[in-house]
Amino acid sequence: MSNAAALAAQPAASGIKPKLSQDDRIMRGFILMVGVWMTVTVLLPLYAMLSKSFENHDGVFTGIANYIEYFSTPALFYSIENSLFIAIVSTFFTITLAFIFAYGLTRSCIPGKAVFKSIALIPILAPSLLPAISFVYFFGKQGIINEVLMGNEIYGPIGIVMGEVFYTFPHALMILITALSTADGRLYEAAISLRASPMKTFFTVTLPGIKYGLISAIFVVFTLVITDFGIPKVIGGQYNVLATDIYKQVIGQQNFQMGAVVSVVLLFPAIIAFVVDRIVQRKQVALLTARAVPYEPKPLLSFDGIMFAYCCLIGFLIIAVLAMACYASFITFWPYNMTLSLKNYNFDVMDGGGWESFFNSIRMASYTAVIGTIIIFTGAYMVEKAKGFGAVRGTIQFLCILPMAVPGMVLGLAYIFFFNHPDNPLNFIYGTMAILVICTVSHFYTVSHLTAMTALKQMDPEFEAVSASLKVPFFKTFIRVTVPVCMPAILDISIYLFVNAMTTVSAVIFLYSTETNLASVAALNMDDAGDVAPAAAMCMMIVYASATVRIGHALLTRGLAQRTQRWRKR
Amino acid sequence: MSEGSSNDPHPYLRIRDVTKKFGDFTALRNVSLDVNEGEFVCFLGPSGCGKTTLLRAIAGLDIQTVGSIEQAGVDISALPPSERDFGIVFQSYALFPNLTIKRNVGYGLENRKTPKAEIEARVAELLELVGMPEQGDKYPAQLSGGQQQRVALARALATSPGLLLLDEPLSALDAKVRVHLRHEIKHLQHKLGVTTIMVTHDQEEALTMADRIVVMNEGGIDQVGTPLEIYRRPASPFVADFVGTMNFIPATVSGPDRVSIGGNEINVGEGLNGVGVGSPVTVCIRPEDVTTRDIVGSSANSIETTVDNLEFLGSFYRAQLLTTGNGKAKLLADFSINLIRDIGVEEGKTLSISLPESRLRVFEGSAKTEADI
Repeated sequence: MSNAAALAAQPAASGIKPKLSQDDRIMRGFILMVGVWMTVTVLLPLYAMLSKSFENHDGVFTGIANYIEYFSTPALFYSIENSLFIAIVSTFFTITLAFIFAYGLTRSCIPGKAVFKSIALIPILAPSLLPAISFVYFFGKQGIINEVLMGNEIYGPIGIVMGEVFYTFPHALMILITALSTADGRLYEAAISLRASPMKTFFTVTLPGIKYGLISAIFVVFTLVITDFGIPKVIGGQYNVLATDIYKQVIGQQNFQMGAVVSVVLLFPAIIAFVVDRIVQRKQVALLTARAVPYEPKPLLSFDGIMFAYCCLIGFLIIAVLAMACYASFITFWPYNMTLSLKNYNFDVMDGGGWESFFNSIRMASYTAVIGTIIIFTGAYMVEKAKGFGAVRGTIQFLCILPMAVPGMVLGLAYIFFFNHPDNPLNFIYGTMAILVICTVSHFYTVSHLTAMTALKQMDPEFEAVSASLKVPFFKTFIRVTVPVCMPAILDISIYLFVNAMTTVSAVIFLYSTETNLASVAALNMDDAGDVAPAAAMCMMIVYASATVRIGHALLTRGLAQRTQRWRKR
Repeated sequence: MSEGSSNDPHPYLRIRDVTKKFGDFTALRNVSLDVNEGEFVCFLGPSGCGKTTLLRAIAGLDIQTVGSIEQAGVDISALPPSERDFGIVFQSYALFPNLTIKRNVGYGLENRKTPKAEIEARVAELLELVGMPEQGDKYPAQLSGGQQQRVALARALATSPGLLLLDEPLSALDAKVRVHLRHEIKHLQHKLGVTTIMVTHDQEEALTMADRIVVMNEGGIDQVGTPLEIYRRPASPFVADFVGTMNFIPATVSGPDRVSIGGNEINVGEGLNGVGVGSPVTVCIRPEDVTTRDIVGSSANSIETTVDNLEFLGSFYRAQLLTTGNGKAKLLADFSINLIRDIGVEEGKTLSISLPESRLRVFEGSAKTEADI
């Protein structure tokens, strides 16, 4: 009765092998290029580092001998406990403080939310050693309020934790604000109509709703703290953690093999945190329905008052830390000559790096922002929109997520092993600006890639099909439609790369040369040489540069929104 | 029945034994179909029946696993979309949000080195054609859904493709706009004479717009026919159930061309195809085909029923009837308001009805109805 029956006499057709279009071939070419890029800039260096950890000084394979040595040297393996202790304590304080702050910003009716949020995001603009330097001026031996520590040293775990909390606060805050602001108002109305107490509502509605955001924030902060190098370097004193151990082994003792071993050890907690975060992210997708009604907080004088006071306090503390670094940078000679001067900004006479390093940083950050954005956005587009080629795309998707699990110190050391190898044809980029840019792009690849993917997934999936039916090559549609529509995300990626390139120390500390010294590295070395005030001055220069670019970005984004509001729906 | 392969020896589109697998799942199995030049064909079926998969195979967006597709005598089975000749309109319209309506419509022309003045003239002509001559400088977000749909149509037609593919083009629209656009699209298609395939799950849309309907179910074609054939002579219980409202009455074969519905014997014409006496069959009739006036004699296929329930549906009543005799079969019948008044149909009363032989379809076995699913 169907055609199949009527035509059953026809011979069965053989399998169809789809012919690739020009577009398909170009896209696949690009995808393979992304694959090669990720392999060369992440996979092979990591492999080089891993194999280094199984070799002796002469490059002979010795199995786990280095690991045995590591775990039989208390001075080394105690750092694991220290690192975990610092990470757990810092995470606890950061999450607690950031949660209340985020709660105030999303669930109360306090005035000035935008101002509070802007203040809370300031730490992102500063290198992580800035709070450490600032705390030295507050609580160090000649600090202005060191008596509040009641005889305890700021150099050590106390200082590290305080610095880490300042440094990771905005990262936790952003995740928690997102989680708390996607609440379904209907659930709260239901809770009220069922006469649940505010406490009960909090534990049965609020907490389950932000569960995934909270877990994600915890692991992000944990990873940031355990992999951070700047703060323990400046304020850690004799208290060793894994990140500083890598530095000491490599720079101090030239023991590259042991540096590799510590790197592998540091990789573990980072990878665990990464895996948990990925699982959680995946689960979060199906949480909110399209019918959800946004939650609107109602004014409540006592609650709003407490929240306002709390946000003022936190805002004050953040500004105080920044202000102290700023103030100290203008003091002629703390604490003996407290007159203000620009002496500390005369970087050219300091050990560590002159003004040149600041301009190097600007150049490096600009290159990273431009080149990184092009590579990452184009790569994400190809991986998302190409047809077929499933296995390769899946692999490359994974490679793009991988850098998040690799701590900066580990990546930097891996680059030494890989790119400095005499047999590597890419050896010539060692010690140049290029390797700094490549390393920084790879270091911050994942977040940028995910931002690009989110924007691309919001595009109509049929744009490419329509273009193909109209015989328009995909790259025309990419340039004429995809890029303009995704411009806000593209700008976000570039500013993220720029600011991180300005502030990062960890990866590049192993890779700069005398010609390519960077501002953040210079600050670290000046602090190391005892020039703390000039270090503070250099940190402030980084803050000024990041803030300027950030403000420029905000103006550009606003201008773009106005220019394109005719076609953007909201 | 072999409407699928029409008598035209040179159909515009020739689909043979197309099977599409996604991993272990078979989305299309052995589909063969001919579409003639200038025809308006609708793929109709519930979600997951494979209608969109077939459309995407024709477009080359998801190429079939096996089977061949020929368009205008050329084998296009393995070609990528960019090397095929079609225009497409998606449910989402997929209009480029950052380009004006004019640029959207002219998008495919700009790439063909067509002179600028010519593009402008063609765009103006197309906007005129879809009834939106003055909206060219707006952006898609500034238009209503119906207007966006017209722009998408104009864009798909701009390069004068040989085949127009419409993937549920109306389902995102309000009911009223939908009805209006149905006529417009049909009219436009008729005027341009472009071979058109539309995917829809809306039977009303298919019945009103299509020259021929392809009813699909579980990856295969159940029936191909004109809207009237599909409605009047459904080829399977599925088609009968999916298109329009249908009564499925369990019955038993009681003799040559005769079946028994709970003891009431009726004539079923030639529908039995040699099913043996005593075998279970399902008798199908549409509610509006059940009559109750002028029932004379035994040849009228009359049955005694009681009125179980009367439902007022505005322009008519739908009566739920129970047949008398052994085993009560349920049966829906649509009666005009006049008839209800004239005959005095009331709940609980008995009513003689007739099931006209020419309106009956009989299927072997006991068919599942919507109510069972």
